[in-house]
Amino acid sequence: MDSSKLKELEALAHRIRCHIIELLVEAKSGHPGGSLSGVEYGVALYFHALRHDPHRPHWEGRDRVIWSRGHVGPVIFSLLAESGYITMEELLTFRKLGSRLQGHPTTKCPGIEVGTGSLGQGLSVAAGLAIGFRMDGKGNRVYCLMGDGETQEGAVWEAIMCAGHYRLDNLCAIVDYNNLQIDGWVEEVMGLAPYADKWKAFRWNVLEVDGHDLEQLARAYETAAQVKGRPTVILAQTIKGKGVSFMENVAGWHGRAPNAEEGRQALVELGCETEGCLIRGMP
Amino acid sequence: MTMDVRATRDGYGDALVELGEKDERIVVLGADLTSSTRASSFAAKFPERFVEVGIAEQNAMNVAAGLSMAGKIPFVSTYAVFVTGRALDQIRTTVCYSNLNVKIAGAHGGISVGADGATHQALEDVAITRSLPNMTVIVPCDYYETKKAIVWSAGHVGPCYVRFGREPVPVVTQPDSPFTCGKGYVIREGTDLTILNNGPLLKQCLDALDLLASAGISARLVNLHTVKPIDREIITRAAKETGAIVTVEEHQVQGGFGSAVAEVVVQAAPVPMRFIGIQDRFGESGTPEELFAAFGLTAEDIAEAAEDVLRAKD
Repeated sequence: MDSSKLKELEALAHRIRCHIIELLVEAKSGHPGGSLSGVEYGVALYFHALRHDPHRPHWEGRDRVIWSRGHVGPVIFSLLAESGYITMEELLTFRKLGSRLQGHPTTKCPGIEVGTGSLGQGLSVAAGLAIGFRMDGKGNRVYCLMGDGETQEGAVWEAIMCAGHYRLDNLCAIVDYNNLQIDGWVEEVMGLAPYADKWKAFRWNVLEVDGHDLEQLARAYETAAQVKGRPTVILAQTIKGKGVSFMENVAGWHGRAPNAEEGRQALVELGCETEGCLIRGMP
Repeated sequence: MTMDVRATRDGYGDALVELGEKDERIVVLGADLTSSTRASSFAAKFPERFVEVGIAEQNAMNVAAGLSMAGKIPFVSTYAVFVTGRALDQIRTTVCYSNLNVKIAGAHGGISVGADGATHQALEDVAITRSLPNMTVIVPCDYYETKKAIVWSAGHVGPCYVRFGREPVPVVTQPDSPFTCGKGYVIREGTDLTILNNGPLLKQCLDALDLLASAGISARLVNLHTVKPIDREIITRAAKETGAIVTVEEHQVQGGFGSAVAEVVVQAAPVPMRFIGIQDRFGESGTPEELFAAFGLTAEDIAEAAEDVLRAKD
């Protein structure tokens, strides 16, 4: 990746963090922690790895993105808005009556392939898509975005087993490995370690990256696309609440929206005030 | 009258092969019960379109969801009790909420599963599936009706649950008799009351008509394969014209077909009703015939319920 492309992605990541805060304040509910930790791998996917055309959301040749971690609507819809699937104005309707941007994403919103929100369901859907594309000899790739906590669901391991068994190399899972879930540290709530070994034992190719390093993420997506005979999981080490000091590594910010004052503080910290990336303005 | 006897699950297996020959998009998922669900003929004939997922119903359902999103018409084949129990969240939140084109085949429905006992006898699946928005629910009565229901479901865009049984049952319908989803049909006319049947207890209903006739009672028999969308018109007509209704199903009486009929009756034309089905109990081991007798699903039980509802009518 050249430096101008990297600068472009960094600017996108910055804008998306600002959108996340702005639309959470507007909605008065939602999930900041996992949205902020998922910014970089989302940006590297939508603006580097993904084959898609936001103006033709049903284009047959598109790669598919399954947001198994459906609760991170703020980052999902911000990525879709920056990509051009929806407008910035619509972004502010998140979680409001009649909006296409439901509390957890649905197919009403362009760019959303399937409704999600009940955790642990996306990887099976992604595996089904990957099997279907392979049956037809199609080159579409399938990406499944997951949280670390959600892999405590037993059905996730059915899907991991299935994708490994069928050697679905057109499938790439990304785990936001931020180590935090609602009840506390993942390792204390229900430990996942040795996490990479578990995926490997189920016949997956495992890539461990710094989930806030855009270059590492871009390379990981490129590598995943080259690997043959195995699905790839990118374990993205992240910080929950990344970018807002008082939200970082605090479990309480999993599912609580900042109020106007907290939102203002977060946006000032992010440097929004001077950079003009607000949709409506300071809360 | 002697009737040909065939298992409804054979109708499923045969329909899959017919569909597979005509339409490349048909794919079938197995969950280690491929032979007993009769998906095995399809698997043998179209191995490249058969996906075995092992003993993992939740994964099966959402792999089917993904296949439907890739343009396929997937049929998930496993036991009714597992698919609607284990995979309910997948059916609700992935398949129905996104209105995906997934076909769910619930094999071994009802108490007639027999010796395997309560764990394998699906008695709640209709209540579960009919409560889900976007879902169509069909319980065919015999081999041909199962075949037709499966063929119909492949052409319908949206989630569909078709439930069939393990045991051979009399073939009552004809290969060429019409099948319209959401529409019941009158098998025999009658004036004193109506028996509304859903599923493979139809022979018992026919025998009950004979018992009632010998007691001087004229009962109408309506077969209604589709639980959802329910045929309001034929139910309302039965209530208005005959003034009493008995529903018959191989399922818990709470929440299933009888409840669906009652929801129409109480709003459109309230008349006395009786419900033949499992009365809020778990099943047990036994032969189908023994279980029908032990759980009140025989022709005599239906005739008794008919006489009882007639007393309430007056």
